[in-house]
Amino acid sequence: MVAVSSAPVVPDSIAREIVIDAPPERVWAIVTEAQHMAGWFSDEVEIDLRPGGAMLLTWYRHGSYQGRVDTVDPPRTFAFRWLRREDAEGSTRVLMTLTPEGDATRLRVVESGFGDLAWPEDERARHAEENRVGWGVELDELRAYAER
Amino acid sequence: MSQADEDRLWAALGDPMRLRVLDLLLERGEATASALAAALPITRQGIAKHLGVLERCGLVVSRRAGREVRFAVRREGLDQARRRMAQVAAGWDERLMAIKRLAEEG
Repeated sequence: MVAVSSAPVVPDSIAREIVIDAPPERVWAIVTEAQHMAGWFSDEVEIDLRPGGAMLLTWYRHGSYQGRVDTVDPPRTFAFRWLRREDAEGSTRVLMTLTPEGDATRLRVVESGFGDLAWPEDERARHAEENRVGWGVELDELRAYAER
Repeated sequence: MSQADEDRLWAALGDPMRLRVLDLLLERGEATASALAAALPITRQGIAKHLGVLERCGLVVSRRAGREVRFAVRREGLDQARRRMAQVAAGWDERLMAIKRLAEEG
């Protein structure tokens, strides 16, 4: 067995943070309300702010992407899944944490799960083919059995 | 880098065993699938499958040496993955700055 090295080859998550000179309630509104999100995230935002709620993020240049609200714990924790392609099954998770610091707020964001993103079409086709071959064999066996 | 290439890269890096394979290759410079299998809790066939995934997305290269096939990390592929990760981080820095401006001007 080899020891797992301390620093990953490539990280599977990204964490950034910033201190904002405003109370958590104010930052919470900017981070979670559609009209404010359009000022820092996509050009247009639709959001149903409750766990499991749908999000639609539209960038005029790139198109629309869906999201799903994960965690809503005002004014502390907001998390959502972000589907990275219109046809993708995979998504990354964005977790935003608000911590009061005196009259200010420390806002930390962690985006994780890059490795869980769906395989592109050609890889999926490869897997589908492997499964199809597997099923083909089983169906042939079943037919042979049925026709005996 | 196309979206498909990028997705393939993330998916390849999303598996803990593949990351250990990369770690080990970085440490040793070069290794055969058998040598990797001997060092990790996985069969030689399992290693071969992971190496195939890593090779298809440009993270490892193989070369034949006599009767052996030796694998090594492809630095360009790894650098590309790290650069892409840095871009994602820079994107969040920009968004956090925008959130700060909006919150503080209120």
